[in-house]
Amino acid sequence: MASDEMDPTRRRFLTGATTVVGGAGLLAGIVPFVNSMSVSARAQAAGAPVEVNIGRLEPGQRVTYEWRGKPVWVVRRTDRMLETLAKLEPQLADPESAKSEQPPYCQNPARAREERRDTLVMVGVCTHLGCSPSYFPEPGGELGSDWLGGFFCPCHGSKYDIAGRVYAGQPAPTNMPVPPYMYASENILVIGEDERG
Amino acid sequence: MGKVLAWVDDRFPLTKMMREHLTEYYAPKNFNFWYYFGSLALLVLVLQIVTGIFLTMHYQPSAEEAFASVEYIMRDVEWGWLIRYMHSTGASMFFIVIYLHMFRALLYGSYKKPRELIWIFGVLILLVLMGEAFMGYLLPWGQMSFWGAQVIISLFSTIPWIGPDLAQWIRGDYVISGATLNRFFALHVIAMPLILLGLVVAHILALHEVGSNNPDGVEIKKNKDESGKPKDGIPFHPYYTVKDLVGIAVFLIVFFTIVFFMPTMGGYFIEPPNFKPADPLSTPAHIAPVWYFTPFYSILRSVPSMYGSAFPGVIAMGLSIVLLFFLPWLDRVENNPVKSTRYRSIWHKLLLASFVVALFVLGWLGTQPVTELNKILGRTFTVVYFGFFVGLYLVSRFEKTKPVPERVTH
Repeated sequence: MASDEMDPTRRRFLTGATTVVGGAGLLAGIVPFVNSMSVSARAQAAGAPVEVNIGRLEPGQRVTYEWRGKPVWVVRRTDRMLETLAKLEPQLADPESAKSEQPPYCQNPARAREERRDTLVMVGVCTHLGCSPSYFPEPGGELGSDWLGGFFCPCHGSKYDIAGRVYAGQPAPTNMPVPPYMYASENILVIGEDERG
Repeated sequence: MGKVLAWVDDRFPLTKMMREHLTEYYAPKNFNFWYYFGSLALLVLVLQIVTGIFLTMHYQPSAEEAFASVEYIMRDVEWGWLIRYMHSTGASMFFIVIYLHMFRALLYGSYKKPRELIWIFGVLILLVLMGEAFMGYLLPWGQMSFWGAQVIISLFSTIPWIGPDLAQWIRGDYVISGATLNRFFALHVIAMPLILLGLVVAHILALHEVGSNNPDGVEIKKNKDESGKPKDGIPFHPYYTVKDLVGIAVFLIVFFTIVFFMPTMGGYFIEPPNFKPADPLSTPAHIAPVWYFTPFYSILRSVPSMYGSAFPGVIAMGLSIVLLFFLPWLDRVENNPVKSTRYRSIWHKLLLASFVVALFVLGWLGTQPVTELNKILGRTFTVVYFGFFVGLYLVSRFEKTKPVPERVTH
């Protein structure tokens, strides 16, 4: 038996060691709770591609489909609309879509597949804070006399051209994303999947 | 009765606590109108907890049922409309009362040494309350619930590198969904209220340790009589408990007038799009947060994206609240111990006035759509808002203050 004298060094070491081991255990114990808040397996499985028939889409018309819980727009653009694309380029933040999200086959001014340049397929979610912009296809109107048609986000006022490319100096930093897509036949559009799978 | 009390007192410090916090807690005798809002905040907290408990008995936290269950509460549950409107009105009244309570602190320098911690606990309460209100607003699962949550959660996704994963973790899904609704319900009814209660206790304990400030900003503890009681102090109970009862009566008249006659407050307390169920595919043409968030929301949208990122706006909005924590040190107490604006320079009064004007203008702008004029106004008053903190730092160093009286005045 050692003396009854307290050894402060020993005590400090034991207290420190207990704190470290207990703290590590506590941290490890937090992991399951934090991870339980991640996307569940069921939600992960719910992201299948969507097949739609766009045969009855009129020129200038926009329809909205749901893919992975997000709105996906399909717009059949008129020649007038496509002509505005080149005119607007000096006013855009990312005209080449270099910093924006799209499949490589859509990284062009129309942001569409070359074989169907007129048909825009886009995730209709503003890149600022995730609102869904409104469709203002006509020139002029409430967005001012120099407006050439495009999309306008009601939440924070970001303006996009008719290919979803954002104007410079807007709250939104990049162009709206284009999802992978392909045409299964003349009128059947598959959203969320392309030839690469 | 006395025997029972003695029995309890031997086992639990009941009488001791009553004395410390009520009958022998000496508060300055010159409290004015501005001193009602602390006890009113406590009253609203109790109202929210009680009405909230009864709402959870009927509410269904799932994306399929939430909206319908709120309508069920409104139409089919006996007195459900009253309980729900008390809860929704209570949310807005909570912020009115808290904002006035905070303005009082600015007016009389109640955040200055030695009350820095009271102030910090208070700002923490404001932050938790904002979280609580935001999560509660998702629960009715209306259009504004959905898109408001979409915008606010997206704020986190602008944080460089970890942002998108963090936002996904908060949502528990790739988009706002039932998973988000469910967890917000859990946080709104359990986690946040518990934190809030803890902070309120800390806020009051800190206050009772240091003692209340007053409109003159003089420390009443410096002038005590022979028995050690402050000469300018009166016991909180019965003097201020009775005074606060009058405030509570007036408050309840206003509160129930709103509940009975204008529960949506013309679209400010409950926004019109929220009477439509959430639709993830279409954003309402004009979305705005509830009024109590609009000043900060205006600051957010006044700052443009920089370097391909929306993060600067988020930083500015965060800073607009975080700066409040530093107020006790921005108002440099070593150069200027004068607390109440009564004895401070005209520059301090002008600063405070400009801050209030900025809050009102930014608050109004936040409810309006973006136009070129509004953008300019928003940027101007964002500068005025932040200018208050810079101005206070400079003014507190150089201003000429008036002599502060020894004792409180009336």
